[in-house]
Amino acid sequence: MITEENITHWRSQFPILQTQVNGKPLVYFDNAASSQKPQRVIDSIVHYYTRLNSNVHRGVHTLSQKATDAYEEARTALAGFINAPEKECVIFTKGTTDSINTVASGFSQAFLKAGDEMWISAMEHHSNIVPWQMACERSGAKLRIIPMDETGTLFTESFLNELGAKTKLIAITHVSNSLGTVNPVKEIIAKAHSLGIPVLVDGAQAAPHMKVDVVDLDCDFYCFSGHKMFAPTGTGVLYGKREWLEKLPPYQGGGDMIETVSFEHTSYNVIPFKFEAGTPNIEGVIAFSEAVKFIQDIGIETIHAREAQLLAYANKKLAEIEGIRFIGTAKEKSAVVSFLLDGAHPYDVGILLDKMGIAVRTGHHCTQPVMDFFKIPGTIRASFAFYNTETEIDLLAQGLEKAKRMLL
Amino acid sequence: MSTISEIEDEIREDFSLFEDWEERYNYIIDLGKDLPLIESSKKTEERIIKGCQSRVWLNAELREGKVYFTADSDAVITKGIIALLIRVLSGHKAEEIARAELHFIDDIGLKEHLSPTRSNGLVSMINYMKNYAARYAESNA
Repeated sequence: MITEENITHWRSQFPILQTQVNGKPLVYFDNAASSQKPQRVIDSIVHYYTRLNSNVHRGVHTLSQKATDAYEEARTALAGFINAPEKECVIFTKGTTDSINTVASGFSQAFLKAGDEMWISAMEHHSNIVPWQMACERSGAKLRIIPMDETGTLFTESFLNELGAKTKLIAITHVSNSLGTVNPVKEIIAKAHSLGIPVLVDGAQAAPHMKVDVVDLDCDFYCFSGHKMFAPTGTGVLYGKREWLEKLPPYQGGGDMIETVSFEHTSYNVIPFKFEAGTPNIEGVIAFSEAVKFIQDIGIETIHAREAQLLAYANKKLAEIEGIRFIGTAKEKSAVVSFLLDGAHPYDVGILLDKMGIAVRTGHHCTQPVMDFFKIPGTIRASFAFYNTETEIDLLAQGLEKAKRMLL
Repeated sequence: MSTISEIEDEIREDFSLFEDWEERYNYIIDLGKDLPLIESSKKTEERIIKGCQSRVWLNAELREGKVYFTADSDAVITKGIIALLIRVLSGHKAEEIARAELHFIDDIGLKEHLSPTRSNGLVSMINYMKNYAARYAESNA
């Protein structure tokens, strides 16, 4: 049972939610782009720089040891968060994009060749399109696209029938950032594995909002970002099964990822370090683990339930607006509402909402092929976090009515 | 005809009458709605200035030593701001356009539209207008 007191208490922990924008209390509905940060995450960054700051995995001195301990404890925390079987399978990256590029680069070097095929879906974020286009260009493999219908639901069955000996990888989003569709990744993975095909899941929009269990999913790779789940920017995770991470070539060379270096030959460190070249984002990673603890204190199931309430309320409330057209109406959806107002350009609506203190995202949301599919220039997207409220959704509805009056 | 800075002053005066953002934006939206800014035959792919979110078409022509601009956008607020820019710059000598600093944009509270995050093509448009004029002024010098 989620009470008013719960919601008030949650909101009170986010300093930015107490601020005003353009003279109005901030209504923040751009959580799919980046979430806000609770005080304890902000404090953990300050704590790092005032008490722990030192390089990791290198020094024998006390501070370096403490920083290393905190950094590695963060790895354990993140492994626990996604139920990874061992913490060595959790690689810290700059974010989802970096995680996907790590795998794409390795695959193009070692596992893709001319004549091979790999699949992505019609609703991918550019970050799960472009690295694979580059990998296919380098290797000569062919990139194939799982189609979707006009509700934003993938045609899963027909695509699964096309998988075969040529298929070397499937890279698919767990939740669509522009449509909100939750894809049946577990079923796709099971079928792919029956044919010996590995699957990478882009979990950037899933990890902040629902229980992710990489053992239950049985995915080969799972990628997500810290900044969308209350942690600092420049943090992310690449989870991979040990067998894959051990055979995948390293992405970048540098410090920390080596075992021995001579001018003739370098041997690489073991996982996870093989994929963490250079000094990592130490304070970011430590704060990331604080964000995970914050989520666990509230409970990811509670967060999911609260966001489902917000989605249902927003769907009902916004449907009352005449001339609204929802983009992305799949049965299984996360708390993202993408829409258009008849006769109004999304950009104009976004500008006017901003003047009213309401932050939404407008445009193509880094999914231009999705906009091309629907033959639209972009959408207005309200994406919710558990700290949003029904009152804020009412303000959005009023704001949209006002924008309509001004624009039409 | 008024100089560029005189027209900027006129616009500043118009905007000083508005009491809040709503009045300001209603005015800009009306400008955007009212003006047929470009011939449809000129709305070609080559004349498009790609912004991330709203598209802008721009055409520049020289007549008797002066530069004339016409433009359009698919977003009405962008179009309204374009109408202001055209009112200020179009029909002046290339040298004057190239030198114009366009302080009025800040003064009437529209600076935010020129931030790169707005991705509306306006910054590219202003650069294009001024570069076009600068190139012409140079070749004429």
